[in-house]
Amino acid sequence: MTAEEHGWPLYEVFVRGKRGLNHVHVGSLHAADDTMALTHARDLYTRRNEGVSIWVVRSEYIAASTRDEKDPFFAPSADKVYRHPTFYDIPGDVPHI
Amino acid sequence: MSDDHVYMTLAEGHEDDSRWAFGTGFEDPLHGVDTAVPEGVDAAALAADCVALADDALVLAQRLAEWITRAPELEEEVALANIGLDLLGQARLLYSRAGQTDGTGRDEDAYAYFRDPADFRNVRLAELPREDFAFAVTRLLVLSAWRLEHFRRLTAHPDPVLAAVAAKGVKELTYHRQYAAEWVVRLGDGTPESHRRTRTALDRVAPYLGELFTACDVREEVVAVLRQVTEAAGLPMPAYRPLPGSGRDGEHTEHLAPLLAELQSVARAHPEATW
Repeated sequence: MTAEEHGWPLYEVFVRGKRGLNHVHVGSLHAADDTMALTHARDLYTRRNEGVSIWVVRSEYIAASTRDEKDPFFAPSADKVYRHPTFYDIPGDVPHI
Repeated sequence: MSDDHVYMTLAEGHEDDSRWAFGTGFEDPLHGVDTAVPEGVDAAALAADCVALADDALVLAQRLAEWITRAPELEEEVALANIGLDLLGQARLLYSRAGQTDGTGRDEDAYAYFRDPADFRNVRLAELPREDFAFAVTRLLVLSAWRLEHFRRLTAHPDPVLAAVAAKGVKELTYHRQYAAEWVVRLGDGTPESHRRTRTALDRVAPYLGELFTACDVREEVVAVLRQVTEAAGLPMPAYRPLPGSGRDGEHTEHLAPLLAELQSVARAHPEATW
């Protein structure tokens, strides 16, 4: 019997590594509820000592852009170089930029 | 950062990238620990304790490994295998310590693969057959709750190596107990079928509790855990009918010999083989 047949929903898993500043999407899994999803995520995605923090979220709660929207969404940003902070001198002691 | 390697970015830097999948950033639990047996510690007794605790872990790890390809979900298969591997890691450290202290200089493989069933000192609960998933998580709950309290006491052991192994194990066992407790509550509080199966599992485990408390008397702590979990699960506390005998004295059920035969077959067919 597969997970779909008895209705365990899909979760997306985000892990923050030891040196990471933000959570990174690492994959998905099936679980009956949030608690089980965290337990599964711990076993499936951090067993090689990668993580210090885990987020899980039901996949159905993620709103995603679609391929059809690619151009209206993303193409207009390509020719506006002034939006990038490349015209400033960043002081050496400002991290993570 | 390539999308293909997003997971790799979580790993710490490696000197040998070809082996990154083996894990990352691990610390040796025995780093900097003096391996000399301290004065006042009976080396033979220490070795016997290490072997018994290692046997518990090795035998239960084998039973957990039997769930690979048989678990109800892929996620649970990985979880059970992970827990088994944690226990296997504890067994390796404990066998190595036994080899250092019992005067034989044996390595961990000599203990795991080249002793016969009558030489094993594991508690019998660990060797009982696999049964169903309800039994797997119920047995794991009892054994991890007991071993956790046992290891907590061992963190104050005068032997610094055993104390360090116990300190590492406490963190692992805390997770094992949590995993098992979550499932026992889920199953006990689930469908009539899951409730019935979990109740049967508790009855099957109960006769072996006395043997655990004879090996290390942490009855009060373990019973408190079981009471808390069974209450949340809507299950009765199992009736307490201790079976005579103990695996700690080399008395085992008929289930240990076939388990060891499978576990030891490759090593015995190819002694001294390396891979």
